[in-house]
Amino acid sequence: MSKMNEYHPSRFHGIWALTKRELKKWLNEPIILLMAVLQPIIWMGLFGKAMNLGNMFSSSNINLNTPVIPIPGRFLIPPQSGDIYGNIYINSTALSQTFSSIGPTIMRNIFGVTDYFSYMSVGMISFIVLFTTMFSGMSIVWDRRLGFLNKVLSTPVSRAAIIFSKVLNASFRAMFQATIILILAVIFGLQVSATFSPINILLLYAAIFLLCLGLSSVFLALALRSTKWETQMAIVNLINLPLMFASNTFFPISQMPSWIQAIASVNPISYLTDAIRQLTVYQLSASSVMFDFAFLGVFAAVFSFIGIALSWRYLTK
Amino acid sequence: MSEEIIKAEGLTKVFNKHLTAVDHVNFSVKHGEVFGFLGPNGAGKTTTINMLITILKPTEGKASVLGFDIAKHPDAVRNVIGVVPQEYTADEDLTGLENILLCADLYGIPRNIAKERAMDLLKLVELTDFKDKKVQTYSGGMRRRLELACGLINRPNVLFLDEPTLGLDVQTRTATWEYIRKLKKEFGMTLFMTTHYLEEADSLCDRVAIIDHGKIVVVGTPEDLKHSLGGDIITLSIKEDTDVSDLILSVEHVKEVKNEDGSYRVKAEYGEVTAPFVIEALRRKGYTVTKLSLTEPTLNEVYLEYTGKSMRDTEESQEAFRTQRMTMRRARA
Repeated sequence: MSKMNEYHPSRFHGIWALTKRELKKWLNEPIILLMAVLQPIIWMGLFGKAMNLGNMFSSSNINLNTPVIPIPGRFLIPPQSGDIYGNIYINSTALSQTFSSIGPTIMRNIFGVTDYFSYMSVGMISFIVLFTTMFSGMSIVWDRRLGFLNKVLSTPVSRAAIIFSKVLNASFRAMFQATIILILAVIFGLQVSATFSPINILLLYAAIFLLCLGLSSVFLALALRSTKWETQMAIVNLINLPLMFASNTFFPISQMPSWIQAIASVNPISYLTDAIRQLTVYQLSASSVMFDFAFLGVFAAVFSFIGIALSWRYLTK
Repeated sequence: MSEEIIKAEGLTKVFNKHLTAVDHVNFSVKHGEVFGFLGPNGAGKTTTINMLITILKPTEGKASVLGFDIAKHPDAVRNVIGVVPQEYTADEDLTGLENILLCADLYGIPRNIAKERAMDLLKLVELTDFKDKKVQTYSGGMRRRLELACGLINRPNVLFLDEPTLGLDVQTRTATWEYIRKLKKEFGMTLFMTTHYLEEADSLCDRVAIIDHGKIVVVGTPEDLKHSLGGDIITLSIKEDTDVSDLILSVEHVKEVKNEDGSYRVKAEYGEVTAPFVIEALRRKGYTVTKLSLTEPTLNEVYLEYTGKSMRDTEESQEAFRTQRMTMRRARA
């Protein structure tokens, strides 16, 4: 009789082996890597630059045809420049100068930064996290269809490791893309705030990892029993844009109608986006960042627990 | 040694509460034996194998592998078995060697030992020259061999093969049988396989269970099963015009003789041994045998006898299966 297998996989061994497989597949495919880099460039270019919100509030958008603009009198005490009826006349050059300083103020009040590009390019990181994690569910559907999942299930590797390797893989990919976005955004004109420091980068990765953990667990849990990638595709297509736009990724929550605000305030993507903005382009507020991290942490813990519990239950029929 | 390696008692799987895929099957597989499940598609072969390899939970009944209960100690079972699934499960984007090492990792085999074993296995299945090529460049036969190698990386005591030659052409199929025989000899393990190819069951299996509609209809060695049909058919003619039916019938092991216009159809057990005795008996009485042919019953006749349908009836669904497989391969590409 041949000798029994004397080795047992440690939890870590199995997770790492399966994660390595996915990463290898990814790195072996230069087109996918290239797409991963191109996609954020295109989005940043189109979204961040096409609509120049900062410029909207500048004097060039105010039609000043006459050199002097009459402002009807409402003044109890007529200012020096006013006439006897209380009307005042403002020199249009002076008004234009006033507006130039009002523009950035409006931007700062609404977006927290003076240029929209800095606002949205950082939001792109959340966008990439959402899209990368959504497809982690697809890969388990494929593994099931192609029989790979069954083979893995017949080995002593932990069922939780199967799910967790997918989560890790999605996280690595999202972090890689986030790095590219950050570098590109800086090249294209992202302005970091005075509170930015290299340590913030580490915190930024931690925040990304937490959202990846939570979101990919959600999408994997949805895909656990599915054998049809079409179903998974339909789910992903249905919820990706609503999730994206009902958050602070592209537009500030404060300007949204209250019902969207309600969704955005529980949408974990808002919290990642806020955390990243706090760490890069905003004046860092420790209490806001801590709250963002707390929310992301709870979200990640709850859904990865659910994901792992479901994988134990549903991977063996 | 007659140790029972696999034992199933009343093993049952019901899908969605009404579709009974496996219906109270009982069997046991002895140490060192090649045990085959023979039956058409949808007979419950893969469902049985999936329960034994612990990826499906039985609805009822129990089974054990090497004494480990499949429901209570699935991890212990997983550790001592090797699985060669029906599909090509190797990752096409990885090389052959990377695939084997991935399997090794899933069993927790340390890297240095895994490498050593992988190289030995690649040599055994003659894939050493292709180890650094991506699996997508492999032919069907090579993929099968890679699956075999992967299934053996943990030195299993029992190897489960689900339709090991499905979709392979005849030459590749025969070559794959050779590899399976070689592996069995090399590792001396117990093999449990499913197939719907009669020749495969006949050529590889020590014992065969014919399964139909989730039930085992008969179990035995291919030889016994064939003999159970009542023997071989010897067809012969003699020069003379006399009726010699009674004379032939007097020969030992001859069961039945029919004279069909001077051509005798003789049903006999152990045809190849009995035929010379028939010739001898006739010659002793002065008759001259002019023609003789021997037809041994194949498992097809056995199958027909026990399931009431020919294996050929199931070919249509095989065709459908192949089409589905092609679609899947296209999807992978």
